[in-house]
Amino acid sequence: MSHSAIVEEPLDPARLMGLVTADARGGVVTFVGCVRDRNAGRPVLALDYRAYRPMAERELALIVAEAEAQWADVAVAVEHRLGALRIGDAAVVVVAAHPHRRAAFAACEFVLEQLKRRVPIWKREHYADGPAEWVEVAL
Amino acid sequence: MSAATATVLVFARVADLLGAERVSVLLPPAPTAGDVLAALRALPGGEGIPASTRIAVNHCFVALDAAIGTSDEIAAIPPVAGG
Repeated sequence: MSHSAIVEEPLDPARLMGLVTADARGGVVTFVGCVRDRNAGRPVLALDYRAYRPMAERELALIVAEAEAQWADVAVAVEHRLGALRIGDAAVVVVAAHPHRRAAFAACEFVLEQLKRRVPIWKREHYADGPAEWVEVAL
Repeated sequence: MSAATATVLVFARVADLLGAERVSVLLPPAPTAGDVLAALRALPGGEGIPASTRIAVNHCFVALDAAIGTSDEIAAIPPVAGG
């Protein structure tokens, strides 16, 4: 019932919501992370996401399993996009569905925070004011 | 056990620093993940490898004192930036 994937196509939050909603799960929290037009004050034109794909897929599935172990009855759908993205494109979608809202919010945040710490995905930003750089995210 | 070479997959900033996406390193007998990082840092360009770079073996993060087999899939994981 839960789902995780690393994809190259545009993300579809509604489709992911459809994978985890059910009559018993009345709380559905969807997070969509989109490409910002600036980072640390610098104007961003576009960016590339790269991954160590087999490990990224395994780590993402592991995070979802940890969420399921922590919140009984939760269902999670998460996808991260790779490749060249433009400003405003969705880079990550996390949907957590649970019978109650608090667990849905908590599980959604858990999956996103763990993804940002552990899943081997990197982004290279292209700036208006200088050469492209790999981004190191402050957690 | 004697010294042996191992292939290490490298990514993002580390790949740029080393000028390749996979590199060969010479490891001491009974190597650990920490030995892999030290060997990468000794390569030309390797001194700039970020301090928080982690090692993964067969797609799992390992501690720096973990034993490494030279036939394992070894990867150096610089700070990640998904999301």
